[in-house]
Amino acid sequence: MPSEQRATAFLTDSTLCIGCKACEVACKEWNQVPSDGFTLTGFSYDNTAALGHSTWRHVKFVERTGGLGGLATGDAGYRSAFRWDFSSDVCKHCEHAGCLEACPTGSIVRTEFGGVYIQPDVCNGCGYCVVSCPFGVVDRRPDDGRAFKCTFCYDRQKVGLKPACATACPTESIQFGTIEDMRAKAQARVAELKTRGIDDAIVYDPVDTSVGGTHAIFVLRGAPQDYNLPSAPEVPTVHLRDGWSSAAIAAGLMLLGSAAAFLGRKP
Amino acid sequence: MSDYYGLPLLKAPVWTWEVPAYFFVGGAAGASAVIANAAKLAGGRNDLVRDARWIAAAGSMLSAPLLIADLGRPERFLNMLRVFKLQSPMSVGVWTLVAFSSSAAAAAFADAVASASGDAVAVRLVRDAADALAAATGVVLSTYTGVLIGATAIPVWSQNVRLLPIHFGASGIGAAASLLELMGHRDPALNLLAAGAAAVETLIGAGIELRESDALVPLKENASGTITRLGGFLSGPVPLGLRLLGGGSTAARRTAAISTIAGSLLTRIAWIHAGRVSAHRSSGDRAG
Repeated sequence: MPSEQRATAFLTDSTLCIGCKACEVACKEWNQVPSDGFTLTGFSYDNTAALGHSTWRHVKFVERTGGLGGLATGDAGYRSAFRWDFSSDVCKHCEHAGCLEACPTGSIVRTEFGGVYIQPDVCNGCGYCVVSCPFGVVDRRPDDGRAFKCTFCYDRQKVGLKPACATACPTESIQFGTIEDMRAKAQARVAELKTRGIDDAIVYDPVDTSVGGTHAIFVLRGAPQDYNLPSAPEVPTVHLRDGWSSAAIAAGLMLLGSAAAFLGRKP
Repeated sequence: MSDYYGLPLLKAPVWTWEVPAYFFVGGAAGASAVIANAAKLAGGRNDLVRDARWIAAAGSMLSAPLLIADLGRPERFLNMLRVFKLQSPMSVGVWTLVAFSSSAAAAAFADAVASASGDAVAVRLVRDAADALAAATGVVLSTYTGVLIGATAIPVWSQNVRLLPIHFGASGIGAAASLLELMGHRDPALNLLAAGAAAVETLIGAGIELRESDALVPLKENASGTITRLGGFLSGPVPLGLRLLGGGSTAARRTAAISTIAGSLLTRIAWIHAGRVSAHRSSGDRAG
């Protein structure tokens, strides 16, 4: 692929999502992701609960009281006491990705599209990416032994296709394009929602944190935490300086302490 | 505070018992290489130096299988050696283990050859160079595991990133000195060194108990809290008291040594377990 390849991104707009889960199905079909079990969680209509080794798109069902607000269409007088906020979650493809930095085999790489990709033929299942993801996305598949997550449909992007989830989405809640376009669209959409009275609309794209922004941008209503998204994600490499400084002090203490003990106490 | 049906934000560590076991064995092995060099430097302790070298070599030989067994794809262990990444503590750690195993084994082997060959100068030079390299990589092996878990998204680990390397280093020194005592070494320097390690462990334990933070709850409550406190008690106050007040008697030293080794192993089990609890407790507000 040419090096001038533009970085791409998802824009997932929760105000357009109807909770149909076509993205989940399309992702499973295209990527041949195995079953993640038939369990009933009791959490609204969300029986998947979280992203994981075998769930790369996950529609969240946030139950609200307070009605549709400015989004109500049709009968202008219609106001329900109940509202659903749906949001299709996905790997964030961080600009500074904890999993990629942590990977000791070089299995996890940055693609020419800006996505974060686990090469399944290299991963040896060490599990370090699992604890290094600030969004709780990556996981090791127990019966396989390797770590899996959204590939950003690397294979489809390679041949100029949109990712499977964005292609299947019937409401354009999942949009796909260059990261600049998606960021602009997200800002424009939130501004538009606010003129319609949706005051709690926000763009979720943590550019001001150590994660440095993501290639999966979201338009949400309410707080990120309502959707199990961290309000202030941090790439774990920010802790390296403190950790290695402390290790250097510990090493010095071990060497000096041992020398002092043996030089000071003759047998 | 809001959340999503109380579901955790983070994924729990997938590591099984091999990882804390490796932390313990590698920590003691690395520290043992340091003790071998310190004892050699002070002079007049040939048996102690030899045994410390053997603990380092044997520990390093035991470390690799533990690390490999924990992988999801053990047959792909060598993929760890296709890159070196300074920003990945696991990559740094794997290469450190490779360097440490090679040098610790070379030192033990060269020493055996030196004894058999009537102390040939060339063999002694190789042995001393290998000794020095084993100590230099040994301190990294004993402490990097603290950076490894500290530089993650798991709150209870990342919020203790400054503490962990010192904690694990002291734990390694205590365990190595105690193993040598259990092998029959009565050198008073071992008692002093292990007392120093127990003092550091006591301070660290007290520090954890006195700090109030939501991220520290897994170290204080339920099963993970009990294991943490038991590990801390056996690594810190118990051996410290026995070593300072036991008058250097063999019984007191042996009891202190057994307590320290058990405490060192329990401490590593406790931290991994606490990480699992911390991940289960995580939410969007409590991202580490």
